Amino acid sequence: MLGELLLQYLVAGLTYGTIYAVVGMGFNIIYNATGIINFAQGEFVMLGGMTAVSLHQVLPLPLAILGAVAVTMAIGALIEMAFIRWLAAPSVLRMIIITIGVSIVVREAALLVWGQQVRALPYFTGNEVTSISMGGARVSPQVLWAVGTTALMVALVTAFFRWASWGRQMRACASNRVAASLCGLPTRNLVTLAFVLSAGMGALAGCVVSPITYTQYGIGTGLAIKGFTVAILGGLGNSLASVAAGLVFGILESFSVSVLPTAYKDVVTIAVLLAILFVRPSGLFGAREASRP
Amino acid sequence: MRKKILAIAATLLAGWATQALAKEPIKVGALLAVSGPASFLGAPEARTLEMMVADLNAKGGIDGHPVTMIIKDTGASPEKAISFAKQLIEEDKVLAIIGPSTSGETMAIKNLAEEAKTILLSCAAAEVIVNPVAKWVFKTPQKDSYAVVKIFQQMKKMGISKIGVLSSNTGFGKAGKEQIEKLAPEHGIQIAVNEVYDKAATDLTAEVTKVKAANVQAIVNWSIEPAQSIVIKNVRQLGLQFPIFQSHGFGNIQYVKAAGAAAEGVIFPAGRLLIADSLPASHPQKALLVAYAKEYAAKFKEDASTFGGHAYDALIILEAAVKKAGTDKEKVRTAIENIKGLPGTGGIFSFSATDHNGLDLDSFAMITVKDGRFVPLDR
Repeated sequence: MLGELLLQYLVAGLTYGTIYAVVGMGFNIIYNATGIINFAQGEFVMLGGMTAVSLHQVLPLPLAILGAVAVTMAIGALIEMAFIRWLAAPSVLRMIIITIGVSIVVREAALLVWGQQVRALPYFTGNEVTSISMGGARVSPQVLWAVGTTALMVALVTAFFRWASWGRQMRACASNRVAASLCGLPTRNLVTLAFVLSAGMGALAGCVVSPITYTQYGIGTGLAIKGFTVAILGGLGNSLASVAAGLVFGILESFSVSVLPTAYKDVVTIAVLLAILFVRPSGLFGAREASRP
Repeated sequence: MRKKILAIAATLLAGWATQALAKEPIKVGALLAVSGPASFLGAPEARTLEMMVADLNAKGGIDGHPVTMIIKDTGASPEKAISFAKQLIEEDKVLAIIGPSTSGETMAIKNLAEEAKTILLSCAAAEVIVNPVAKWVFKTPQKDSYAVVKIFQQMKKMGISKIGVLSSNTGFGKAGKEQIEKLAPEHGIQIAVNEVYDKAATDLTAEVTKVKAANVQAIVNWSIEPAQSIVIKNVRQLGLQFPIFQSHGFGNIQYVKAAGAAAEGVIFPAGRLLIADSLPASHPQKALLVAYAKEYAAKFKEDASTFGGHAYDALIILEAAVKKAGTDKEKVRTAIENIKGLPGTGGIFSFSATDHNGLDLDSFAMITVKDGRFVPLDR
C-alpha cells in the first residue's frame, strides 16, 4: 500500500512537473535569443488551448491542435514584430515591462473573445474516468500524452539547436549578438524565430494539458510564475535544465502534500528554491556566467 | 416651415406628457463580479438583472416608477467593491444595492451600507453576512450551514461516518470548511483528512491520494472554482468509487460538462432552479423557476445557474417591498423584514427582524448528476 501511494505521488508530481517544464523551457528559448524574460509565456499556453477548443468545433482533434499551434506561432511572431523588433537598443527592464504589458493585452483580448468560461479539449484517449494501472498507481492516459509530447518536444528542440542550421544560428546569436550580426546572421529574424518557437511549444503544451487542467482566459499568469521559478531553479539560459528543474519542482510539490497540509505546498517549494539559490546563485544546472547580466 | 415648428412642438409636448405620466425613476445599484475569478457568479447575475429590468420597465416599472439599474463590475475585488459602493451611495444616491457576488466583498462593505442607511441585498453565501444581523443588510443565497446539514443528513441515510474534506482557499471554501468542522461532531461524522488547496489549482491528484490513504467512505469538496471539476476527475482516475459530495457551488452545469463522465453520481445540495422541470406542478416555486430558466436560456444561449437566481431573488424582494412601501428607504427596509412566503429561485422567503436571509433548511434540495444532467436525488 505504501509503495503504491509513493508511486501515486510521484505520478502526480510528474504531471505538474511536465507543465512547469514546458513553460520554463519557453522562457529559456526567448531568454537565450534576446536576454529578456518574456512574461507573456503563460499566455501562449492559454492561447493554444483556447484556440484548439474553438477550432475543434469544426475540425477533427489533430487538425484543431495543429491549427492552434500555427495560430499561436503567428501571434508570437506578431508580438515580436510589433513590440520588440523596432526597439533600437532596449534595456532589459524596458523589454520586460513590454512583455508584461503584452500579457495583459492578450489576457483581456481573450476575455473578450472567449468570455470567462472554462474550456477543455476532450481526452485524447478514453475519457474523464479512464486510468491505466502502473505498478499499483493509476495514471490517466492524458498524463502519458502530456509526458510523451513534452519529451518529444524537448528532444526535437534540442536536436534543432544542435544540428539544424537555424538552430545553430540562434545559438550564435545567443552567445554574442554583435559578433553574430557582424558575421552576417539575420539576428532580428532569429529573435522572431525564438518567439515563434516558444509560442508553438507553449501552444502545444496548452493543448495536451487542457483536458487535465482546463483552460481559461486568465491561466497564463499562474503558469508564467511557476515556469519562471522553474527556469530560475534550473539556471537561466539552459533549456534542458529547466525541464529537469520542472520535474523536480513538481515532484517536490506532490510529496510535500503527502506529509504537510496542502496549504504549505508553495511554502515548501519556494523555500527550497531560495535555499538552492543561496548555495548556487546560477541555479541547479546553470553555467556561472548565466547569472551575470 | 410652420409644419416643422408644429412637428417639433408636438414632439416636445408628447415627450413632456410621457414624462409627467411616469413617476420618478427608482435607482438601484449592483456590485457584481462580472469579470475576474468569480465571473461565473457575477456574469449570470448581471445578465439576470439586465433582463429583469428590461421586462419590468416594459411593463411600466414598479408601481409606475421606472427602474434604473447601475451595474458596477468589481472583478471580485473588495477594494473596488468599497469604492463603487461609496460612489453608488454618495453620488448616485441609490435606494438599494444588489450584490456583491462574493462573501469577502460583502463583508468589506457591510458597515458602509449600515452607516449610510442603504439597503444591501447580498448575493453571497457566507453566514456571517446576516449573523449577527445588521439592520440594512440582507442576503438571498441559502446559508452554508444548511448545505452542510443537508449533506450530513444524506450521509447518515447512506451509512457514511468517515469522510475526507477538500476546500479551496477562498472566502467560500473557508466558510464551508468551518461549518463542516463545527457541525461534524453532532452528526456523528469523523473527518479523517482536511485539506485546503489553492483556488487556481490545476491538478489535485496528490491531495486525492492523501484522501485515498486515509480509507474514507466519502469525500466532500467545498469550492466555487473549476477545481471542483478537477477533484472529481482525479478521484475517479485513482479508481476510487466512494460517493463524492459537493457544495451548492456546484450548481452550474458548466462544471458537469467540464468533468464529463466523472461527474456522474456527484451529490450536492442546491436550490430547486436546477431541477425546475422535475418539480410537481403544485410546487409554489415551479412556475417562476421554469419561466426564469426558459427566458434566460433563450436570451443568453446558456443554461441558467443558481447564481443568477440569487440576483433574481434580490430584485423581486426589492420589488415586493417597493410595491408595498413606496420609495422611502426606511419604509422599504421595514417592508422587506415583513415579507412572508414570497417564492423566489432560492426558496420561499420569509424575513423577520432577526432573520435577514428568510430561507429555511427546506430551501435546499439534494441533487445528483445523471447522464450529464441535474436530477433530484431519490435515495
